[in-house]
Amino acid sequence: MQRTLFDKIWDSHVVREIEGGPSVVYIDRHLVHEVTSPQAFAGLDSRGLKVFRPQQTFATCDHNVPTLDQHLPIRDVLSRMQVETLAANAEKHGIHHFGLNNPNQGVVHVMGPEQGVTLPGQTIVCGDSHTSTHGAFGSIAFGIGTSEVEMVLATQCIMQPKPKKMLIEVNGTLGKGVTSKDIILYIISKITAGGGTGYFIEFAGSAIRSLSMEARMTLCNMSIEMGARGGMIAPDQTTFDYVQGRPYAPVGEAWDKALAYWKTLRTDEGAVFDRTCRYEAADIEPMITYGTNPGMGMKITGVVPDGSDLEGNDRKSFDKSLNYMGIQAGKPMLGMPVDYVFVGSCTNGRIEDFRMFASLVRGRKKAEGVTAWLVPGSKRVEKQAVAEGLTDILREAGFEFRQPGCSACLAMNEDKVPAGKYAVSTSNRNFEGRQGPGARTILASPLVAAAAAVTGRITDPREFL
Amino acid sequence: MPIDKFITLQGTFVPLPIENVDTDQIIPARFMKGTTRDGFGDNLFRDWRYHKDGAPVQDFVLNQGVYSGSILVAGKNFGSGSSREHAAWAITGYGFKAVVSSFFADIFRNNALNNGLLPVQVSEDFLSEIFAAAADPATELRIDLEQQLITLLSSGRSEPFDINPYKRNCLLNGFDDIDFLLNIKDEIVQFEQNR
Repeated sequence: MQRTLFDKIWDSHVVREIEGGPSVVYIDRHLVHEVTSPQAFAGLDSRGLKVFRPQQTFATCDHNVPTLDQHLPIRDVLSRMQVETLAANAEKHGIHHFGLNNPNQGVVHVMGPEQGVTLPGQTIVCGDSHTSTHGAFGSIAFGIGTSEVEMVLATQCIMQPKPKKMLIEVNGTLGKGVTSKDIILYIISKITAGGGTGYFIEFAGSAIRSLSMEARMTLCNMSIEMGARGGMIAPDQTTFDYVQGRPYAPVGEAWDKALAYWKTLRTDEGAVFDRTCRYEAADIEPMITYGTNPGMGMKITGVVPDGSDLEGNDRKSFDKSLNYMGIQAGKPMLGMPVDYVFVGSCTNGRIEDFRMFASLVRGRKKAEGVTAWLVPGSKRVEKQAVAEGLTDILREAGFEFRQPGCSACLAMNEDKVPAGKYAVSTSNRNFEGRQGPGARTILASPLVAAAAAVTGRITDPREFL
Repeated sequence: MPIDKFITLQGTFVPLPIENVDTDQIIPARFMKGTTRDGFGDNLFRDWRYHKDGAPVQDFVLNQGVYSGSILVAGKNFGSGSSREHAAWAITGYGFKAVVSSFFADIFRNNALNNGLLPVQVSEDFLSEIFAAAADPATELRIDLEQQLITLLSSGRSEPFDINPYKRNCLLNGFDDIDFLLNIKDEIVQFEQNR
């Protein structure tokens, strides 16, 4: 029988099927961070258990770390406690740990791929919904809750019902200034914030194939924003070239054997999906969001919908959202003043994102009145940005490059956007209060963020390209 | 963590007719700094429930003093966004034992079930009827997990709801997944050796 890419990986990881229940699925890689793991380790302790497969478990701290002065003790007592608890648990259980001042520390979904921890054909979980990022390598990767973190620590398995399968194809050539962030915001605006619930997505088509690994990660990262458990892309030469030579990637004979297997990881001709959506790359323009979920997106040159097609609670929710944002229905957003710009996160905190940002701001100046936070996704990204001279370009343009962490994406640390202020953000969620109580988030690509940073307004980046 | 048994639940409910209630609304990230499962209920719906200075928002449903009960009824796509289990801990910590909506996000559903919090998915139409019935705050719902049936007592309307049979059995008996997995550890080791 013809199988999809998802079927092939899933089937090879099922330890046991339970009649009328979930499958017991074996997990190859377990990524761990400081915020969703302490209760899981405490659970292990109370059962008198050790981590079952410590060599398959990789921890780093990212969610609540400061992005300045990381060499100093963390000032926030509770944050410091979480970071120290993770270090102690890692030590006790002998798991890999990239702590705050380790040269490999970073946002967990940036760290995994750059270390070669993430490989094609794997099952990967983490107590973080953006684990879907790793699907870019042709792996089944999804976020889990803390009880499930405990399950994986204890048994290297998780209990999951098999999701339905969705194929999303994007074909053709992307226009100037259109990035993978725009592709995914476009797709979510079509499918809605809940429309992918119950599905695992495979992205395919010529426009997807043409993307770099980092761009693919941005795309898969936001699969969860339409409710899908994850999104994946079949591995190809782009994938293999990225993986080869990374610290935890296989070498020698093991590499040859792995590569031969990875080349079989594609959806068979004629395999059946539960749902298929097709889009044309030429229809996609730079995107922004206007509301309080990632499905509320539009092309940057568009006008905010007026909600006239909605009724009842749908209409009430729409009005509540626009009211929170202080944005008018039926009006364009181009030219709207912007207070903050955030570039970073597991969505757009990699070296290509900072290259994009720097290419636009080079030779220009940050607009007066705009506060910009440029936060690398990892120590390695930070180092690379310095090596390439990006930090010099940014400094000359009036920008400060900070230290790695999740930062203003979820505002668990000090990087909070004040109430009522507008932030153009390359992160993944524009929920109420996500970037700080009362903060108003406009999701966009690094290019749109750069155009906003130098003009102080919502600006079409194509004007500068 | 062993969970409380859930068999039937009958009582008044708290209506929250808002759609796409994401887990950042249920518990904002800045309140996730605990290292235990306790205390999150105090910050359930924090930014809807309290002003910046900590004073209660008087017209928010948890502060009005009109509605109470251990069943929360919310608009569709409840629990979307972040995978934080703290959302389930905040809801159970506040005292809710079941959430009724016309649609739940996947990860939230799992997290809820792993904490003995029953997500009950009803039709859009029935949900509207429940919200309308909330005009009388004394209106009660009855949730019967054995029969997989939810009933609005004021009108007598019932609707069956779906739940994975394995998960249903776990809730009825207070079992958790880790107990199950620990019991098949030999099989897991065997699986590893055969790869």
